[in-house]
Amino acid sequence: MFLQQLINGLVLGSTYALIALGYTMVYGIIELINFAHGEIYMFGAFVGMYLVTVFKVPFVIAFLLAMVLASLLGVTVEFLAYRPLRRSSRLAALISAIGASIFLQNLALLVMGPRPYTFPSPFTPKVYKTSLVTISRVEIIILVISFLLMIGLTFLIQKTKIGKAMRATAQDKDAASLMGINIDLVITVTFAVGSALGAAAGVMVGIYFRTVTPMMGLMPGLKGFVAAVLGGIGSIPGAMLGGLLLGIAEVMGAAYISSQYRDAIAFAILIIVLLFKPAGLIGRFMQEKV
Amino acid sequence: MLQVEKISTFYGNIQALKEISFSVEEGEIVTLIGANGAGKTTTLLTISGLLKPAAGQISFRDKKVDGFPPHEIVKLGISHVPEGRRIFPRLTLLENLEMGAFTRRDKTGLQDDLKYVFDTFPQLKGREKQVAGTLSGGEQQMLAMGRALMSRPKLLLLDEPSMGLAPMVVQGIFRIIEDINRQGTTILLVEQNAQLALKVARRGYVLETGSITLHDKASSLLKNDGVRKTYLGE
Repeated sequence: MFLQQLINGLVLGSTYALIALGYTMVYGIIELINFAHGEIYMFGAFVGMYLVTVFKVPFVIAFLLAMVLASLLGVTVEFLAYRPLRRSSRLAALISAIGASIFLQNLALLVMGPRPYTFPSPFTPKVYKTSLVTISRVEIIILVISFLLMIGLTFLIQKTKIGKAMRATAQDKDAASLMGINIDLVITVTFAVGSALGAAAGVMVGIYFRTVTPMMGLMPGLKGFVAAVLGGIGSIPGAMLGGLLLGIAEVMGAAYISSQYRDAIAFAILIIVLLFKPAGLIGRFMQEKV
Repeated sequence: MLQVEKISTFYGNIQALKEISFSVEEGEIVTLIGANGAGKTTTLLTISGLLKPAAGQISFRDKKVDGFPPHEIVKLGISHVPEGRRIFPRLTLLENLEMGAFTRRDKTGLQDDLKYVFDTFPQLKGREKQVAGTLSGGEQQMLAMGRALMSRPKLLLLDEPSMGLAPMVVQGIFRIIEDINRQGTTILLVEQNAQLALKVARRGYVLETGSITLHDKASSLLKNDGVRKTYLGE
């Protein structure tokens, strides 16, 4: 039972982790909570669903295209809603982020209507049973893809030139620009990569629950944010850890306490983290700067 | 090489630079000296593009560069070692140097430049994987200068390289500044330690509350009564 819940928690948590990465990367670079990120996730799920059901595109290609198109949407949101406010107060940008989120939700409601859409499973359903745990093929695929994406991101951030430029920019924007790094380009890449990961999560949750709705980004978006704060906002390993822990906590809470408190658990964790360890588990932001 | 003509720069409503003009010729070390708040750092920030001048013109090798973003200015061959060093504290020493070479595309050139930097600053050698924030102040200054050299600048802007360092370390840094210059890099040096700056420089400009009040050969400024009284503490 416990092991089973642990696996369920990891599956859910890996999608939270992917969402949390988008929040934390953007925060690391421009210190903004991109509240429109949940809608990017929703958009990714819709694109994936549409490509598979209407255009009969193979799942792998639909998945990749959803990531690409969501990147473009993320970059567009940054360009229209955040870039003009770059030199304004942080509150102005935050309000703009909430506005962008509401706008995208309502745009999706307008275009797609409020009804849920079915995302047919692209794989023949199969369930693997052992004496201890049961795991479905979709769950395995979600775990594998999530971990591959996280490994890929870690490689990008640690080893590539643009990844190093992203870290340098997060640490000191002016010094980075004196190195010849184009800060605007780094911000664009950050939004693109973060959005692609969010869309990947959206598509995977779509095939997991087999439904896609215009409002589906709201709760996972908030939970991705909680996961990022739990890990330490601005920290990439923190977002991964925070996402997995949040997923496990939620599933365990639902199993052992009450499934009615499912969503409450995430926000209880947020409050506890902010009260006792606002820098998060492995975060460094919000510490006094010496 | 560098011509600054009647530059005015503002912070909000406060005018930090009032139509200052000066020039740096190829191969020189030129120093800007002056008290805290005179506008020395502002001048460098305006040249490297982090601040935009409200009026005036800056040209570098006969090309107008004012109004360019900083990353474009680096590509033209101006490299700026900012005040307080501003190394990337959570990147490794090697990663910091790689960032300095961000504008370069060739891999072999990168290796040559790394060798040049490690030859110039032997103290940094063998510590490529160390996280830069854990280096001592003097080492961080060396790293900041090495990082700036990685773009193979024609003109190096140095802002207060002596700041916060022990006198012995400062001596070493200034010897290296002369070395770098001898190898062909032109240097514009901003310093509060006027004595040291005037000793290594060929010419000097004195900045007072945003205006240049004096310009002469460095050796003459060292003998100038006004300069001695105000900046050399005699």
